[in-house]
Amino acid sequence: MPTMTYAQALNEALREEMRRDPRVFIMGEDIGLHGGIFRVTKDLMPEFGPERVRDTPISEAGFVGLGIGAALMGMRPVVELLFMDFALVSADQIVNQAAKLHYMSGGQVSVPMVIRTQQGGGRGNGAQHSQSFDSWMAQVPGLIVITPSTPADAKGLLKSAIRAGNPVVFIEHKLLYNTSGEVPDGEYTLPIGKAEVKRWGRDITIVSYSRTLLFALEAAETLSQKGIEAEVIDLRTISPLDMDTIIQSVRGTARLLVAHESISTCGMGAEIITRMVEQAPDALVSPARRLGAKHVPIPVAEPLENAVLPQVKDIVQAVEEMM
Amino acid sequence: MPLSIDQLSDAYRQMLVIRKFEETVRRLYQQGKIRGSFHPCVGQEATAVGACLALRRDDTMTCTYRGHGHAIAKGLSVRTAMAEMLGKATGCSKGKGGSMHFTDPNVGLLGANAIVAAGIPHATGAALAFQMQKKDSVSLAFFGEGAVNQGVFHETLNLAAIWKLPVILVCENNLYSEMTPSHETTSVVETYQRAAAYGIPAVRVDGNDVEAMYAAVEEAATQARAGGGPTYIEAMTYRLWGHMMGDPEVYRTKEEVAQAWENEPIVRLGNRLKGLGCSDADLTRLDSEAEAIIADALQFAEASPAPSPEEAFTEVFA
Repeated sequence: MPTMTYAQALNEALREEMRRDPRVFIMGEDIGLHGGIFRVTKDLMPEFGPERVRDTPISEAGFVGLGIGAALMGMRPVVELLFMDFALVSADQIVNQAAKLHYMSGGQVSVPMVIRTQQGGGRGNGAQHSQSFDSWMAQVPGLIVITPSTPADAKGLLKSAIRAGNPVVFIEHKLLYNTSGEVPDGEYTLPIGKAEVKRWGRDITIVSYSRTLLFALEAAETLSQKGIEAEVIDLRTISPLDMDTIIQSVRGTARLLVAHESISTCGMGAEIITRMVEQAPDALVSPARRLGAKHVPIPVAEPLENAVLPQVKDIVQAVEEMM
Repeated sequence: MPLSIDQLSDAYRQMLVIRKFEETVRRLYQQGKIRGSFHPCVGQEATAVGACLALRRDDTMTCTYRGHGHAIAKGLSVRTAMAEMLGKATGCSKGKGGSMHFTDPNVGLLGANAIVAAGIPHATGAALAFQMQKKDSVSLAFFGEGAVNQGVFHETLNLAAIWKLPVILVCENNLYSEMTPSHETTSVVETYQRAAAYGIPAVRVDGNDVEAMYAAVEEAATQARAGGGPTYIEAMTYRLWGHMMGDPEVYRTKEEVAQAWENEPIVRLGNRLKGLGCSDADLTRLDSEAEAIIADALQFAEASPAPSPEEAFTEVFA
């Protein structure tokens, strides 16, 4: 299998889907001529032209709304929001419109559109360029929310998202673009709504996704040296949520930690632990825990940002406290 | 091409259907048979009917929560519209959308919208699809003058202009943004001047004149089909009833409303038809036909079953 970066894997997914289906086109800021600030759309404009690789004005509500209209008429737009923080500028179009038109019309119309964006901190981008709104999006009925952590998952899931026939918020992470991994050769897709066990272990289940998943794997190696074998589950899709894989794992380990970069309060950790208590109350031998960003805006200076966002050492510490 | 007497007669009947639809809905609302909000379009029938006469079935449209007239004019079945008002399983959206979300893609009705200005980019995005698919269909967005202070209005005008999209932007200026006079909240209340600022050809027409409305949209559609890009039409009209049921209408005088009734579009079109040779009996016949359409729709809606509760959990995803 070839090795490539997360950004290259996404680029391949877009290129393959645009070659496969003439209805697929992409829109966003600086994606054409420039190739995207994270190089995800590099060299797509020369191949597909400015009609299908559209540089937009800085006008998120407008072009997300146009994407919806084009999707209603049979196109397959992939709309890029440069930063997840900018989703709030277009929140009406995402939440009130894209997510609801199918339902409100009694199933008469549908919005087969992917909104690609990236979120997360770790680069000192500050409180308006570092936020993680994955759990906000997961709260909205009618949206599929995908949060891949590896190049292979990024490619397979983006291709599935484009074919999903529904509005998908596809959330990348700015510090994953340059990470590398093996990616299967050629054409493949991955199922939406299916978590994956990324590491097997017997002592505790760590559920995570996006960049924090890599932290969880690193923490698991450290814990292994201390004699604790953690099982690490990558959600990959956070809505719909694959509780079956989580419950099956916790039935084996009897302990559960959920770790993510978005804010703990009202987050995926709260949701998963609640569902665990509701659906498999007998599976846990000790209280489950969650680890997420602290409930403050994200600061810029490194020691401040690291204090707010969950780190590898925080995962190690939480697990040790739980054993 | 000017509208023939037959076309004008059809328009007259259609406008009466819309008027009677709203009168019926008001009665049902007062009887407690309708849930939620109801934003009547009484007095604005000519903008909807005139504009839609210039559109083809494959042309698309988005409209507003004051959109019963738009939807019926575009071809939504009056039966399914009435059933939707009563929350029945046979409603156009099976009881899931209600008054503010009439939709029927088979007649190009992409949806009414409950968020002010939010449907404008949808119509424009449909126009983008037509352009990319190399079709000669056009798309039309209805919105009120209250929408022109929303950000997405401006964003969409800019996008429509830079990409020369086949979209017709129809502002129904009824002078009041919800329950506030628009001139108090809007700098440059002649909204067509805003479109001109984006380089979009813009005209202001008498929206209570169905022929003027038709002519303006017809010209805009011809231009858009030929690749000429968007047109903005500001249709001056008047909302004869309140913003919604229960509106105390403190923002205008009874005299003003009484005066506006003298200029209402259905009486005007009736007089025009008489001037063209129609008799009072002809007009009465058209009125009776409209009445029959409404009676049939009401009977259909009332006889229809309510949706079953499990239907609430379907169609979240396609």
